[in-house]
Amino acid sequence: MSDATLPAMPVFPAPRRMGHGAFWLACAVAALALIAVLRGIGSEYAYFAATFVLQYVVLATAWNILGGYAGYVNFGAAAFFAAGAYTTVAIGKALGLSLLPCIGFAALVGGALGLGTGLLTLRLRGAYFAIATLCLSVVLQTLVVNWNYVGGSRGAYVIRPRDIPWPFDTYSGYLCAVAVVLAAAAIAIARTIEKSRLGLGLAALRDDEQAAEAAGVPTLRLKLIATTISGAMMAVAGAPLPLLGSYVEPTSAFGLAYAVNAIAMPLIGGTASWAGPLIGAVLLSSLQQAATVTISSAANLLIVGVVLVVFVCAAPHGILGLFRKGGR
Amino acid sequence: MDPDLALLLNGIVSGLLLGGLYAAAAAGLSISFGMLDVVNIAHPAFMVLGAMLVALFWGATGIDPLVLSILLTPAFWALGAAIYVAYHHFFERRGDEAIQGLAFFFGVMFIIEIGLVLAIGPEQHFADASYANTTWRLGEIDLPLRMLVPALVAFLAIGGLALFLRHSFTGRAIAAVAQDREALRLLAIDPVRIKRLAFGISIAMAALAGGALVVVQPVDAGSGHIFIGRVFAIVIMGGLSSLWGCVLAALAFGVVENVTASFYGPSWSPAVAFGALLLVLAVRPQGFFGRVA
Amino acid sequence: MSEIVLRADGVGKRFGGFTALSGVNLEVRAGERLGLIGPNGSGKSTFTNCLAGAFPSHDGGFTFKGQKLAGLKSHERARRGLARTFQLPRPFRGLSVFENIRVPLAYAGRHEATEERAMECLEAVELAGKAQRMPKELTQVELRRLELARATALKPELLIADEAMAGLSHAEVDQILALLFRLNAGGTTIIMIEHVMRAVTEFSQRLAVLVAGKKVADGDPRTVLSMPEVEEAYLGR
Repeated sequence: MSDATLPAMPVFPAPRRMGHGAFWLACAVAALALIAVLRGIGSEYAYFAATFVLQYVVLATAWNILGGYAGYVNFGAAAFFAAGAYTTVAIGKALGLSLLPCIGFAALVGGALGLGTGLLTLRLRGAYFAIATLCLSVVLQTLVVNWNYVGGSRGAYVIRPRDIPWPFDTYSGYLCAVAVVLAAAAIAIARTIEKSRLGLGLAALRDDEQAAEAAGVPTLRLKLIATTISGAMMAVAGAPLPLLGSYVEPTSAFGLAYAVNAIAMPLIGGTASWAGPLIGAVLLSSLQQAATVTISSAANLLIVGVVLVVFVCAAPHGILGLFRKGGR
Repeated sequence: MDPDLALLLNGIVSGLLLGGLYAAAAAGLSISFGMLDVVNIAHPAFMVLGAMLVALFWGATGIDPLVLSILLTPAFWALGAAIYVAYHHFFERRGDEAIQGLAFFFGVMFIIEIGLVLAIGPEQHFADASYANTTWRLGEIDLPLRMLVPALVAFLAIGGLALFLRHSFTGRAIAAVAQDREALRLLAIDPVRIKRLAFGISIAMAALAGGALVVVQPVDAGSGHIFIGRVFAIVIMGGLSSLWGCVLAALAFGVVENVTASFYGPSWSPAVAFGALLLVLAVRPQGFFGRVA
Repeated sequence: MSEIVLRADGVGKRFGGFTALSGVNLEVRAGERLGLIGPNGSGKSTFTNCLAGAFPSHDGGFTFKGQKLAGLKSHERARRGLARTFQLPRPFRGLSVFENIRVPLAYAGRHEATEERAMECLEAVELAGKAQRMPKELTQVELRRLELARATALKPELLIADEAMAGLSHAEVDQILALLFRLNAGGTTIIMIEHVMRAVTEFSQRLAVLVAGKKVADGDPRTVLSMPEVEEAYLGR
């Protein structure tokens, strides 16, 4: 422990890695490049497919902040997603605001919902937490079904604005660009959390809450932070949904498809790192897009289920885990 | 009689009958989740699988749906045992139960559901028992046999299960596995074998519940969703490993849901029921009817 | 004589109808090495958990460095310099050895949270060479050392070492003992809860004995061990 031995020590600390600022910059550059490429392709279908994939990137990344980093399985991802979608419907109708402010409101609503969930489930762990989130999803769906202002069980039509922001040629192109930016921001946020003190604390509480407390980690507060951030981001993922399809109704917005995808994508990619949900979301949602076009929409969900079961059995640490096996 | 009172009484009675169905659905889960600590969120999906098979066989043979569901139980037992073997091999043994195990059953649920849609179609299926259109009346109170018979069969099955758990050697071993795995080892009983057997029983109960379900209401592939929250709510409120707690909770749940539906419309009933569970989880996670740990 | 760093006043805990601990009074002086012994189920771990804040409610109370601990959560007690190790090592299995040490450094704020400081903590338990390993690659004794390093990263004023030597070989016990002596020499007060009698007698300046949730003896180790009630509790079971 003496000073004399210090200089002789090998330089240990984790391998050099990109700083937070550099990573945000890289995300921004990647986002711009992706927007340029999509603008270059310029087909309505490409915009739609890309938006579809990107909304899942946001959803899976958001889910992973609570599920992967903190180890709390949220079965109610669909509820947060739908909360975002319905915020857009309600705010758009009440205040006539455009998409971007609606996304901001969705983040607030989702964050509040996440915080509420966290407070309500402070003492719950493991399966109990998962079941509570599932219940929350049903309660929220019931509220929306009975809320006539946003269309109740009939659903609501949302008309895309006539004027298209510069420099986009179609509204779909604009929507797609928004989705790219949201996805890039989600990834940057997730990575920042992962590599920060917060991420370290979440990882500690994921492994052992009592030991984390004994090491000075305020587990309850960190859990609330994680549920809030994760909830806000999942709602943001859902905010553009009404404009993507021009129509939203409770059964599909609260559909199990979102819940299962939000879980399957990070687990398939690997939950330990920001790259996992990204890989999982891109793979699984592209697969579903392709299956929807070529086979049927029921079959693509079956694929998700089978892939999920096979992966959790055969590769419990996801695709990233397969690559790291040799390393660690 | 005051019409409101009659409505309330009818709401309570049909709630109790509905509770019978819920008890059937939850009893199996009380074994797997409550006693074995296996978080089988696919349990309602197995129930719906049972219901759909009963409906198919009923269409082909015309045999009473509840009898058909009893005939299905051995096959479901085997299915459950097989799934437990896989679950144990991949998760329990590795100690990866938490997230991966949950996701496993989530995936299984999904596969069953979508598999049903692809194989039979998304539309509703039903099976009419011969007594389905008979209603006994006690004054102002209706006792539709469509609800009463499944409830009675459910209670009989749960009663049988309770006797088995209390009085047979294997049954007591199942109860013991919930308490202390090591004690079983000392008695030279293989806990994995006991759990496999018990998980099989829980899935067999799901088949029976499926038969009851399809007599009560038409069933489609997604009918299980609404039951996920319900059955877990019931098992948790019932104090996890107590079958009687589970029955009491199921009856209470049925009444609350039904009375809400009678007075405020059916679209509100899930919110009330699930809100109750959220409160239970937040305030008293060990349930209302269970032993104090 | 040095000041009293920890005082337990009538600490008791019941689980349902079972009284695990009742009316335990204890004073520990700064820099002291106290052995806390007793047969299985005598309440040693319950005492540890009450002190560390793992059980939110119990009878009586603790005063640590002149401050009442009642109402403080585990992590708040850790931040005040109260560290514990767990009977069975509980490393953060998803984190490397190095990151395991970074957690208390980053959160308790009693040391600068630098990488050098983390390496020092690992050096002190001779785990520096395994900083990038995962806990599952460590041996049992290495896990115990990691457990101790994580506790020392809190720069504790009081450390409760809960059976840090159970199941270790003679030589391994000596390693852990040497570690604890070094830590104590650096000023940390240590309560050692232990079944390995050789270690307790070698280490402790004072012994307290719990039997069936009550403190039956407290004093000089040799005197305490020769007391008939202590012998009875140990040998008569």
